[in-house]
Amino acid sequence: MLPMNWLVIYPEALLLVMACAVALVDLFVTDEKRRPTFWLAQLSLAAVAALHLAYYDGGFTVYGMQRMVVTDPMGHLLAFFATVSVMITIAYAQPYIASREMLKGEFFTLSMFVLLGVSVMVSANNFLVVYLGLELMSLSLYALVALRRDHGVSTEAAMKYFVLGALASGFLLYGLSMMYGATRSLEIPEVFNAIGRGNINTTVLTFGVVFIVSGLAFKLTAAPFHMWVPDVYQGAPTAVTLLIGGAPKLAAFAITIRLLVEGMLGLAVDWQQMLMVLAVASLVIGNLAAIAQSNLKRMLAYSTISQMGFMLLGMTAGVVSGNTLSAGNAYSSAMFYTVNYVLTTLGTFGLIMFLARQGFESEEITDLAGLGKRAPWVAGVMTVFMFSLAGIPPLVGFYAKFAILQALVTTNLAGYIWLAIIAVLLSLIGAFYYLRIVKVMYFDEPVDASKPVQSSGISALLAANGLAVLVFGLLPGGLMAMCRDAILKTLAT
Amino acid sequence: MGLLSVSIWLPIAFGCLLLAIGRDDKANIVRSVALIGAILSFVVTIPLITGFDTASAALQFSENLPWIERFNVRYHLGVDGISVWFVLLTAFITVVVVIAGWEVITERVAQYMGAFLILSGLMVGVFSAADGLLFYVFFEATLIPMYIIIGVWGGPRRVYAAFKFFLYTLLGSLLMLIALVYLYYKSGGSFDIAAWHKLPLDMPAQTLLFFAFFAAFSVKVPMWPVHTWLPDAHVEAPTGGSVVLAAIMLKLGAYGFLRFSMPIAPDASHEYAWFIIALSLIAVIYIGLVALVQQDMKKLVAYSSIAHMGFVTLGFFIFSELGISGGLVQMISHGFVSGAMFLAIGVLYDRVHSREIASYGGVVNTMPKFAAFALFFAMANCGLPGTGGFVGEWMVILGTVKFNFWLAALSATALIFGAAYSLWMYKRVYFGDVTNDDVKALTDINAREFGVMAVLAIATLWMGVYPKPFTDVMHSSVTQLLTHVQASKLK
Repeated sequence: MLPMNWLVIYPEALLLVMACAVALVDLFVTDEKRRPTFWLAQLSLAAVAALHLAYYDGGFTVYGMQRMVVTDPMGHLLAFFATVSVMITIAYAQPYIASREMLKGEFFTLSMFVLLGVSVMVSANNFLVVYLGLELMSLSLYALVALRRDHGVSTEAAMKYFVLGALASGFLLYGLSMMYGATRSLEIPEVFNAIGRGNINTTVLTFGVVFIVSGLAFKLTAAPFHMWVPDVYQGAPTAVTLLIGGAPKLAAFAITIRLLVEGMLGLAVDWQQMLMVLAVASLVIGNLAAIAQSNLKRMLAYSTISQMGFMLLGMTAGVVSGNTLSAGNAYSSAMFYTVNYVLTTLGTFGLIMFLARQGFESEEITDLAGLGKRAPWVAGVMTVFMFSLAGIPPLVGFYAKFAILQALVTTNLAGYIWLAIIAVLLSLIGAFYYLRIVKVMYFDEPVDASKPVQSSGISALLAANGLAVLVFGLLPGGLMAMCRDAILKTLAT
Repeated sequence: MGLLSVSIWLPIAFGCLLLAIGRDDKANIVRSVALIGAILSFVVTIPLITGFDTASAALQFSENLPWIERFNVRYHLGVDGISVWFVLLTAFITVVVVIAGWEVITERVAQYMGAFLILSGLMVGVFSAADGLLFYVFFEATLIPMYIIIGVWGGPRRVYAAFKFFLYTLLGSLLMLIALVYLYYKSGGSFDIAAWHKLPLDMPAQTLLFFAFFAAFSVKVPMWPVHTWLPDAHVEAPTGGSVVLAAIMLKLGAYGFLRFSMPIAPDASHEYAWFIIALSLIAVIYIGLVALVQQDMKKLVAYSSIAHMGFVTLGFFIFSELGISGGLVQMISHGFVSGAMFLAIGVLYDRVHSREIASYGGVVNTMPKFAAFALFFAMANCGLPGTGGFVGEWMVILGTVKFNFWLAALSATALIFGAAYSLWMYKRVYFGDVTNDDVKALTDINAREFGVMAVLAIATLWMGVYPKPFTDVMHSSVTQLLTHVQASKLK
């Protein structure tokens, strides 16, 4: 009998209990603004985050629940960031959903279930647990997208998300079952060992990898599996868009590591090539299509596609000429990239919600016109986010891009250096549409004199978010070292 | 905190303070704070030159702290004879820019002054960085304030110009970033520029690195044929923006050639020197001719800047002390002269709101004091002996004569073209009868404008009459650079 090791899942258990508690408590809340629900949710999340952080400090790998789940530094660090990102999301979202009659207990409960799904995925040690977490997260998100059920666009987005998401889950499940067929195990380390031992039917294995990568690509919003992204980002209420753009990206990165690296590093030659194609396609499609957008959320959706493409480049540089020496470097760069991307995305969408008010979504790029005059602080913070996404130093986005480029170039293979050159040329195109936002805010005259409805709590949070992007840009060393430690310790076991 | 750190972060701190003050109703406080900040930032750089050991070629005033340990990036600062004058020049020009924008900028004053102070700190950072990634961070970060300056306070086509400026320079820098990362890999995990200088590299690697750096620096200088962003940026930028662009930002590129291209890839630099020399000569001659036909004063000075920078790159790539020192002297004097030329155009523009040469004529009748300054700077621009413009050009031509007589003869034609476009513009704008009511209504420069012009004129004269302090400081570093570049890195 394998040990249960309940300790391993304390954060998840707490989260589950509190999600149910929040749902129950909300039934008795009479306050219109749902303050008790909000604070209970935030408090629970803070406790979960603290638990993850405490475990991360331990820095060792433990298997639990009969080897169904694993706790390691990477898992806890990612879960910690995901928890914090959900906390920030809820904080940004509360006034926004309140003014749109969506402020119900469900929003908080479902958000917590999304996070639970994320946590499960992040700490999965078994194919089925990965799938379980994925479905928990996805189903909660489908429901959240459709939260405004009398809203046509939202409902359409939810339908599209659901149908395509189900298809992708099907891909993933199909791939996982093939892996199971070939290796006779669902447990990730066992699969790794089985592939290492060889004498497996490689046709089945390769097919399995193709399906798994397709499923992952959907979750990572990589082209050509990106078709849902612009519609869902645009159609979903901005609060939910932010929820989709934040924690789930960390989860997608985590299961990419769990499945492809921890499970199938032996097949790296196969999946690295696929990721390369996905990465370059995402960079091309994301950057080019973003130029043509007039809707801010849609533009950010394409920007997400290109950013994830950049991140995937880092995932392709782990195994070079059959040796895994650079794996830690490459994957920690990708992790750093993902964490930074989430940090910046939180601020960007938070800002869109901040500018929105009753009956006005502030979704069009032109809605930002003259913001530099109307609200200098907000415009300044948005400028920081845009330059960070464009990868201009001294903002944190630059170091993320730098880390990835570094991982590519230090392979010292001509092919990878070409990839780096393609990546920078395409991010030059990307710089154009981020700059355009800055242009609209500062160079264009305001269309109306409206100022954002002041809410000191949210503006302080926004300022802190912008400051974080700047401070991590001036002193990126700590976060980089954290990501590297986490990945190295995780890979070592 | 060392002197260099103070020189970098003091203006940036003042810039942030100004951004925090923000409102236009406190414009006068903002202006005073900006002026205090700029002057203080300049004052703290003075000990750099008074305490500079001219006998040493090493980096002085060094600061070396760990910054990003994950990649062994260090916060490593230091100046040598090549860079120290540019730190002072940057801080000095910032004071000029703040005073020049005093009454002219009435909208978003705090942001305007703040952007220039931050920009100043970042450019000092570029000149004093001794770590490759730190250099890149400063180099790139300068784009942000300049983009905002052109876009917010610029002319009618400012949006186009701001985008062109940003994207053009970003393209070059991104290729340089890959080169930096490649060097990091090759040197076994170091971003130390001095270590890169010593790093043996084979010819294909040197060639690629050389052209990657070329992509970044040639755009910034700018060299023909990647110069087209400059006339647009200059024309649309506000006066202060043009001054900083011409006086300092262009020098970042030329400085990069000395700090990166030549010492890191010496063999490739020798191999492809003909290429740079050819482009420089095209800049000197062809762009000189282009300047001749401009209708717009700012465009004319912009093209003249490109031609002058052609002299600088020419001087660098003939690999002689006269050439390199001459190029450096040319860079500094061009900083004063082109800055002053743009200020002069700004003075006219503020009054008449036109940059067309045709809108003027006979300005000397209504603005005699101003016309005298303008004449002086026009003369300095075409290299009149006794002005700073002469010394650098003369040294470069002398160096080129030793290298190849015919190249020198070709480059010397620049003096003729320079005189032609500067003086012809001067004649059309200033001499003759008063042509229209706008000119008739002109009032001569006030004390503020007079002061700025006088300071720049004194600096230009000083460089022309007694350039020794400048060349003395450079001497050791230039000699060391040359010795280093002469030795092959191939085994």
